[in-house]
Amino acid sequence: MSTRLATGGRLVNKSRAVKFRFNGKHMDGFEGDTLASALLANDQMLVGRSFKYHRPRGIVAAGPEEPNGLVNLGEDGTFEPNARVTTTELFDGLTAQSQNHWPSLEFDVGAINKYLSRFLPAGFYYKMFIHPRPLWKHVYEPIIRHSAGLGRAPKSRDVDTYEHFYSFCDVLVVGGGVAGLEAARTAALSGARVMLMEQTAHWGGRTPVDGGDIDGKPAQDWIDATVAELSVMENVTLRTRTMAAGVYDHGYVLGYEQLTDHAPEMAGPRHRLWRVRAGHIITATGAIERPLSFAGNDIPGVMLAAAVRDYAVNFGVSVGDRTVVVTNNDDAYLTAFALKHAGLDVPAILDARVLPQDSAVMTQAKALGIRVLMGHAVSSVQGVKRVTGVSVCSQAGEGAVLEEINCDAVAMSGGWSPVVHLWSHCGGKLKWDTANACFSPDPDRGPLGADGAQFVTTAGAATGMFQLDDALNDAFAAADGTLRCLGLKLPKGAKASKAEHRDEAPMAPVWLMPQGAAVKLREKAWLDYQNDVKVSDVRLAAQEGFVSVEHAKRYTTLGMATDQGKLSNINGLATLAGALGEEIPAVGTTTFRPPYHPISMASIGGEARDAAFQPIRRTPMYDWHNANGAEWEPVGQWRRPYAYKRGDENTHDAVMREVTNTREKLGLLDASTLGKLIVKGPDAGAFLDLMYTNMMSTLKPGKCRYGLMCNDNGFLIDDGVVARIDEDTWLCHTTTGGAERIHAHMEEWLQTEWWDMKVYVANVTEQYAQIAVVGPNARKALEKLGGMDVSKETLGFMDWADGVIGGFNVRVYRISFSGELSYEIAVDASHGQAFWDALMAVGADLGVMPYGTECLHILRAEKGFIMIGDESDGTVIPQDLNLHWALSKKKEDYLGKRAHLRSHMADPNRWKLVGLETTDGSTLPDGAYAVAEGKNENGQRNMIGRVTSTYHSPTLGKGIAMGLVHNGPDRMGEVLEFPGTDGKTYSARIVDPVFYDKEGEKQNV
Amino acid sequence: MLIVSCPNCGITAEETEFHAHGEAHITRHAADSSDDQMETYLFMRKNPKGVHFERWRHQNGCGKWFHMARCTMTLEVFGTYSAQTYAPPEELLAQIDAKRPGWRTPS
Repeated sequence: MSTRLATGGRLVNKSRAVKFRFNGKHMDGFEGDTLASALLANDQMLVGRSFKYHRPRGIVAAGPEEPNGLVNLGEDGTFEPNARVTTTELFDGLTAQSQNHWPSLEFDVGAINKYLSRFLPAGFYYKMFIHPRPLWKHVYEPIIRHSAGLGRAPKSRDVDTYEHFYSFCDVLVVGGGVAGLEAARTAALSGARVMLMEQTAHWGGRTPVDGGDIDGKPAQDWIDATVAELSVMENVTLRTRTMAAGVYDHGYVLGYEQLTDHAPEMAGPRHRLWRVRAGHIITATGAIERPLSFAGNDIPGVMLAAAVRDYAVNFGVSVGDRTVVVTNNDDAYLTAFALKHAGLDVPAILDARVLPQDSAVMTQAKALGIRVLMGHAVSSVQGVKRVTGVSVCSQAGEGAVLEEINCDAVAMSGGWSPVVHLWSHCGGKLKWDTANACFSPDPDRGPLGADGAQFVTTAGAATGMFQLDDALNDAFAAADGTLRCLGLKLPKGAKASKAEHRDEAPMAPVWLMPQGAAVKLREKAWLDYQNDVKVSDVRLAAQEGFVSVEHAKRYTTLGMATDQGKLSNINGLATLAGALGEEIPAVGTTTFRPPYHPISMASIGGEARDAAFQPIRRTPMYDWHNANGAEWEPVGQWRRPYAYKRGDENTHDAVMREVTNTREKLGLLDASTLGKLIVKGPDAGAFLDLMYTNMMSTLKPGKCRYGLMCNDNGFLIDDGVVARIDEDTWLCHTTTGGAERIHAHMEEWLQTEWWDMKVYVANVTEQYAQIAVVGPNARKALEKLGGMDVSKETLGFMDWADGVIGGFNVRVYRISFSGELSYEIAVDASHGQAFWDALMAVGADLGVMPYGTECLHILRAEKGFIMIGDESDGTVIPQDLNLHWALSKKKEDYLGKRAHLRSHMADPNRWKLVGLETTDGSTLPDGAYAVAEGKNENGQRNMIGRVTSTYHSPTLGKGIAMGLVHNGPDRMGEVLEFPGTDGKTYSARIVDPVFYDKEGEKQNV
Repeated sequence: MLIVSCPNCGITAEETEFHAHGEAHITRHAADSSDDQMETYLFMRKNPKGVHFERWRHQNGCGKWFHMARCTMTLEVFGTYSAQTYAPPEELLAQIDAKRPGWRTPS
């Protein structure tokens, strides 16, 4: 049984009881508990099921390395899957559900997989589900999808808020254990700006549990004094519950602060993401204990030795009445002592080492009356959902049982591995530390910053300094070295804090227990608890040729679970190395990537949600549109009215009405979003001749010309009407989404290729409100408003003029994107709404109606006008769209000219623009492909064309479309087949893309 | 995330303020060039493990273009310089020579 002890528990406040629920069951804990310690106090050792075999899983660790204790936390708007019980602080009213089991945690149908485990070896999925292919989609995939994944996805909207903080410091120290505190204290003495992050709620790390004196006083006193000293220093920022999730290029660090997870009733954001730029980073991230690989090491009740000690000392929780300690090092003896001191039984310490004489801790253990069995190991652990005993064998043998010991917990220690993740994120290299059988940071090959100098230094156990005095000296040296890098100095007389060196016997690497364990035992010796990877799986991978550690990892899924192999990686590497007959350093490690420990998606999003997700651009008439039935369409960051609905009209009917009204009477379009670039200077004409495919330098002031732009690959990137304002000024209209892009495009060529040209480009898009006055009554409306002469004779098609209309200063362009008589009129943005109001008022008798973007599209499609982004997609050239007339033959050079001669561009087989008319008047599906006889090499129908724009035209009373078709213009009248995604096949005839007013008389009146 | 200094406005800022635009000092080929020259100009790019000269723009800042010499392996920035030049400044090349002897002839 695991239970709460009457004594002990330095982190819990026994006067404050806390109630919570696990799988619907009411349980009690104390303030200061983690969910893990509270569950153990309630004898809830079983917390989940493993991923593949659904084996019962218990708590193994006490920190973020925990592989098994993952729960669905909270409900509805605060629901979160895969919360780790060891890092979840208990609060009143917490609810948690265990994961990956059906129908219940205690009885799980999927556990039948364990009887099939012989048939589910490494790579099983790859081998099994590849044949026959059709079964994949309908049988295998649905089953695998059902059984895949841990936890449930949240169904409700997250009710909490999140924020980002930007921060700068000279020295960022990660880890608030004694090494981190010592490094921060030392660095702060120089006056440097220091930030110290600690992932838990407590300072001091595990030293208060493991014991020792610093500067002649108990560690806890030194910790309290140091924190007190730091907290009053102006240049120091201290954060608990803040994990450094990742170290990125040039000293950028993401810190993840959990502000209210421990107390959800608190106001304010739940998580804060710190985006820190540090001059130098000291990682004092400590070390993680390794499990030992023996048969049954996954049975609930088998835990890391240090975790057993943590639960007893920190939380006053006993994980079992009788705990067998199994180890290859001295450190695990501290667990035996802690349990003994708590009044619990330790029937034996199985020490795999054979030492010439008893080490100091062995002598101490024996003095406490504990049996110490040198050279001994666990042959197998007994029990199913809970440990009931261990079979003891010799480490040197093959597992012959010498003795059975009854116990309800096993505390194991395979040695310690420095937490090197942050060191490695930006390329810090590792070296093999033979004495401690672990990878530790190689100080000569650290991550390099912007100036080519190392910007991360490790301190304490993260360096591989596991003794208290070594760790403190290392931390002091790390801070000293860091200050030198930054050009700062320690004050005279600054000294490292001192501790006693413990007399320790060397550890011995043990990668399998017993050393000669046969297949039967290896099949039960777990490496990765969450993903169910065993020693036998890694050996099989090696045997099957997965000799690279990165391949073996993916083949077996070792270390690919949500704990990212914090416990399993080194044991797995060692097992692989053993199977390959290689040294461990020769096999190497897999790559460490951020985050160190999962962080919430919401913290990454921060405040960027809802209205703050991205800026929205509104034209001066936005509010009017909104009040007059506009259905909004996002166009880049702009919002444009798609259509204006009247009464209970549906969107389609509104669009049809707007088209007919504009063709027959008068329509107003808010065209303010069109890009407007002023290009000015002595060389502006020459420059625009390079930018556009047609000639702009010959345009006369007062005239407009439609222009095309290509990139130097020859592909069409934008189009629009260019107006020459005066001798050295042009105004270039771009597409709505294109203003910033084309401005940047022009600047790129001006700054990086033709920098000797005297040209200035200004984006004036938002300076003007622009209104298209369109339809047979357009001129009448303007004349009624009164002012400048807008007659055909004075202001002909493709002319522009400045003047006054209805008292407004206007610039009028006689251009048409609809085929109707049309004036596009620009006024200062601040007069946009007033001018719109004036047009609506004067147009009342002339049948004026505003129209939206869908009407605009239909009007232009009826005229066969192309739309960038519909007819072009980045692979289309002007020739494809029969726009040869807009390609200058006179100009020696323009962007794309030479590229158009390349063989692929000049290929006569390119698909070309045509009109398409369904044979039954229906509307073609957008993006549909025209198919021909036969199939291609992928077994798909051969394709000979595709639909680029398709609409129902109320003017013509039928569906019209444009498309790109192989040899299209030569196939007029031919009927093509377009299979739709709705199962129907549509037939459409190839026709001229100009459906309406082919002669262009209506726009030229 | 890199730290970048804009030689035009003098600001040192986060990479998110800037945008990278690939290899620098590409010779534009146009009229009268051969297909091979066009292929080289449009598509052929170096991909060195080490010193690389790049085009950057201070996109969310002054808007100006510039060049940057950077190590693609360690991400060390050797320097930034004007976009209005056909080759890196000699001074910068000398600095890179000192830091990365032999970089001009990649193995």
